[in-house]
Amino acid sequence: MSVATQDTAIRTGRVTRTLIYVVLILFALFYLLPLYVMLVNSVKPLEEITGGGMMSLPDAFTIEPWKQAWASAQIGVEPTGLKPYFWNSIKMVVPAVTISTVLGALNGYVLTKWRFKGDTILFGLMLFACFIPFQIVLIPMARMLGLMGLAGSTYGLSFVHIVFGIGFTTLYFRNYYAVFPTELIRAAQIDGAGFFQIFWRILLPSSGPIAVVSVIWQFTNIWNDFLFGASFADASSQPMTVALNNLVQSSTGVKEYNVHFAGAILAAMPTLFVYIVAGRYFVRGLMAGSVKG
Amino acid sequence: MAQSANADLKTRLQNWIPKLVLSPSLAVILVFVYGFILFSVYLSFTDSRILPSYGWVGWENYSKLWRLSHWEISLTNMGIFALLYITLCTAIGLGLAIFLDQKIRGEGMLRPLYLYPMALSFIVTGTAWKWFLDPGIGLENVMHTWGWESFKFDWIKNRDYAIYTVVLAAVWQTSGFVMAMFLAGLRGIDNEILKAAQMDGASNWNLYRRIIIPQLRPAFLSAFVILSHLAIKTFDLVIALTGGGPGRATELPATFMYSYTFTRNQMGIGSASATIMLMAIAAIMVPYLYSELREKR
Amino acid sequence: MGFLDIDKATKSYGAVEVLHNVDISVEEGEFLVLVGPSGCGKSTLLNMIAGLEDITSGEIRIKDRAMNGVHPSNRNIAMVFQSYALYPNMTVGQNITFGLEMHGVPKPERQKAMQEVAKLLQIEQLLDRKPGALSGGQRQRVAMGRALVRDPDVFLFDEPLSNLDAKLRVDMRTEIKKLHQKLGTTIVYVTHDQIEALTLSTRIAVMNGGYVQQLGTPQEIYDQPANIFVATFMGSPAMNVVPAQVVMQNGRPAALVTLSDGEQAILPFSQDNLAPYEGREILLGIRPETITDPDSADRKSSNIAELINRIDVTEPAGSDTFVSMQLGGRDVISRMRSDVPVVAGQSFTFAVNMEKAVAFDPDTEMRIAP
Repeated sequence: MSVATQDTAIRTGRVTRTLIYVVLILFALFYLLPLYVMLVNSVKPLEEITGGGMMSLPDAFTIEPWKQAWASAQIGVEPTGLKPYFWNSIKMVVPAVTISTVLGALNGYVLTKWRFKGDTILFGLMLFACFIPFQIVLIPMARMLGLMGLAGSTYGLSFVHIVFGIGFTTLYFRNYYAVFPTELIRAAQIDGAGFFQIFWRILLPSSGPIAVVSVIWQFTNIWNDFLFGASFADASSQPMTVALNNLVQSSTGVKEYNVHFAGAILAAMPTLFVYIVAGRYFVRGLMAGSVKG
Repeated sequence: MAQSANADLKTRLQNWIPKLVLSPSLAVILVFVYGFILFSVYLSFTDSRILPSYGWVGWENYSKLWRLSHWEISLTNMGIFALLYITLCTAIGLGLAIFLDQKIRGEGMLRPLYLYPMALSFIVTGTAWKWFLDPGIGLENVMHTWGWESFKFDWIKNRDYAIYTVVLAAVWQTSGFVMAMFLAGLRGIDNEILKAAQMDGASNWNLYRRIIIPQLRPAFLSAFVILSHLAIKTFDLVIALTGGGPGRATELPATFMYSYTFTRNQMGIGSASATIMLMAIAAIMVPYLYSELREKR
Repeated sequence: MGFLDIDKATKSYGAVEVLHNVDISVEEGEFLVLVGPSGCGKSTLLNMIAGLEDITSGEIRIKDRAMNGVHPSNRNIAMVFQSYALYPNMTVGQNITFGLEMHGVPKPERQKAMQEVAKLLQIEQLLDRKPGALSGGQRQRVAMGRALVRDPDVFLFDEPLSNLDAKLRVDMRTEIKKLHQKLGTTIVYVTHDQIEALTLSTRIAVMNGGYVQQLGTPQEIYDQPANIFVATFMGSPAMNVVPAQVVMQNGRPAALVTLSDGEQAILPFSQDNLAPYEGREILLGIRPETITDPDSADRKSSNIAELINRIDVTEPAGSDTFVSMQLGGRDVISRMRSDVPVVAGQSFTFAVNMEKAVAFDPDTEMRIAP
C-alpha cells in the first residue's frame, strides 16, 4: 500500500477497540472465504464436496484435480486441460504489457515535458478510451481484426489490449513525469541532449517505480480480461479466463467441482503471485487510476 | 516551444519529434476507439442483423429496444445492482477505512487481505462464489450436514434473489479497493485540525461526522465515479456466476448487448444498447475527467 | 554593439504580453543582475536568452549573432538553475561532462576539462558521488562546475542561491563574485533578492510588470532610483516615502512635512530644480540610514536638517537600532547606531541628511531628476 501509516489523533476506549478488532477480523474472514473454499476443495476427492464437506479440510488429500485441471480436463471439445490456454494468455500478455508500457512512457514524457497547445484534450481522449464500455467497439473491432489478418490469434488480442491500455499507461507516466523537475530537461537541452537522449539518459533511469506500476497494472488487467478473449479468440487462441469459464460452464458429464476450483486457482495464480510480491505497486496503480489529483 | 520560422534544424526537429512520437498512439485511439464508436452508433440506426448492413432505419432499433421485456429486465437489474453495489461498497469501504485508521495492530496484514480480490479475474471470483452459493453443494448443503436441516439459502437459483448474489460477489471484489481510497483520504487529513477539534471538545462521533467525513469529499466522488462505471460495465462476473440466469433474472445491459449481438444476431439492437451504455458512462466520466484534468494546469 | 544584446525583446503568451520591449546591452565581462519581484518577467527574459522560450518579437544577439530560433545547445551558453538540476542518476563527474559528451568532445578531453573545473571549485573528492549524497552547497558547486566546463560565452544564473540557508547563501555569494573576478566571464544573473543584486552586479536591471524599470550600476540604482518602485524595492529596510509640500525658504526649495503631533517641519532640499514645484505636493524619499541622531550625521554632508519628533517604536537589531516615527502620516524608519539612547514615546531630535534625499512626482511616481 502506498499510504503511510501515521498516528491519528483519535483516541478510542477499550470496548470500542475490541469491537473494532472483531469487525476487522470478521471482514478479513469474509474476504478470505472464497480463497479458502477454492484451496481446500481443489485438493479433495469429488465425493467429499458433494457429501457436504465444502467447508471442511480434506480427509483424503489429493492433487489429482490440479493435474486434471492443468493437463486433461475437457475444455470445449478437447480434453487438453488449461495448459495450452495458460500459454495463450502468456503469449497475449507479454507483448501487450511491454508495448503499452513503452508507449505510455513516451506519451507521458511528451505530454509533460514537450507540451503543446491542445495536449490536455488529446490526453483526455486517450484516457476516456479506457473507461468506455467495450461493447461499443466489439462489432467493428471483430471485423477490423479480420481485415488485418489478426482474427482468432493471440496477436489480435495483444493488439486490442494495447489500444485500450495506452490510456492508463500514459496516465501513470504522465502523473509521474509531471513532478519530475522540468529544470532537468532544460539543463539537458542546454547541454545539447536531444529528445530521445533526454528520455533515455535522464528520465528513464529514474522511472523504475512507475514502470513497475504500469507493468503490474497492465499485466493484471490483461490477464484477467474476459470480454475481448471471448469475443475475438478462436478455440486455439483463447486466454485462460475464457477457458476456465468453458470448463466451469460445460454442461456435459459430471460437474467436477474440485477440478473447477483447481482451475480457478491456476487462472488466479499469476496475478495473485504478482500481488503478493509487489502489492504496493499494484495498489499504487489502482489509486492512480481513480484519484488523479 | 512554438518557434519562429527561421529556427535552426535542431530546434525544428525538436518541435516535431514529440508530436511524431505521440501520433501512433493517437492515431490508433482515434481509429480503433472513436472511429469504432461512430461506426457502432451508425450501426444502431441500420437494419444490421448477423452482419453489418447499411439500410438506414432511423430510431427503429431504439424503439424496438425499449419495448423488449428482456431490456427492461436488464435495466431494472442494473438499477438494483448499481444502487446496492455502490452503497454497500462505499459503506463497507468507509467503515473499514475508519476502523483501520485507529492505530490498529496488524494493519499491515489486514490491508492486503481486504484488497487481494481486486487482483483476481471476475471469472475466478464468479466460479468460487457460484459453487459456494450453490444450494446443492455449497453453504446450504454444508449447513445441512452440520445438522441445521431447515437452513435454506438458494438465492442463486431463485429468480427473485439471484441478482443479490451478483451484488454480493461484486461487493466482495471491490469493497477493499474503496477502503484503500478512503484510507488514503483519511491519512491525508491534517492531524492538527483533529487535535484542534478535540480541544474544542468534539466527541469521536462528532469528529467524524463534522470534520473528517466532510473532508473526504474527493474520495467519495472518485469512489462514486469508479464504482458506477464498473457497475455499468459488469459483464464477466454475471457470465461466470449465473450466466444471466436463472432465466433472465440476472441479465444486465452488458450481457444483453452480447447475447443480442452475437447469439441472437440482432446487431442493430445490440448496437443501440451499447450506445446507451456508452452515453451513461460518458455522462459520468466526461465531467469527472474534465474537472480532474483542468485542475491539473 | 555589446557582447550580448537584447534588442526590443517582447514576449507574449497568446494575447497577454508579459515582457515589453526590453532593451539591454551587456558588455563582455559584465555581471548583469535582473532583479524584481516574482512575476516581473526576469526569469522569462533569462529563458529567452537561453533559448528555452522563444522570442515573440525583437532580437537577442550574442557576439552579434542573432539567437532567435537557435537551439539552446548551439548558443554557447551555460545555465545554473535554481534547483541546480543535477541529473540524479549520474555521478558528479558524469553530470559535469554530460554537456561535453553531447557535443561530441572525446573522452580524454572531457576528463581533463572535468579535472580542471573540479580543482577550481574544490570538488575533486565528490566526483564519484551521486547528487543525492551531496549537501546544498556542494550541489551548488557541481551545478557551477557543469556550467564552467563548457567554457561558454555567457553564463546564465537563475536564482541559484535561493535554495540555500542564510549563512551558506552569503558564502556562495562571495564565491560567485570571486569566480567572476577571476575568470572575467559574462554573466546574466536572475534574483529576487536585492542585496544579492547590489553585491554581485556590475550593472542591475530592475524589473517590474514586464518592464525594465531602471538599468544602471548598483550605485546609480541605490542613490538615484528612477521611480518609487525602484526606490522601495532596492534597499532594506525600504526607502521611506513621505508626502510633502514644496515651499521656498530663503529662496531655496524645501519640503514641508507633518510631524506626529500635527506640527510641521521644514527640510531644505539640496536640489534647486524643485523650485518650479513650489506649492505642489511631492513624495519625499529618504533612506533609513540617512536619518540618524545629530552626533552620527554624515560629516561630509553639506545639508543636514534636524527635526524633533516622537518615537513610536524602537527595534534593537544588534549592530543597529531601527527607530520608527510618524512623518507625513506614514511610518518612517530610521537606522541608528545601537548605542543611541532612544525610548519609545519620547521626543527625539533626528538629523536628516537631505543631500541624499530624492523627490518623486506623486502622479507619475518618477523621480524629479536634478
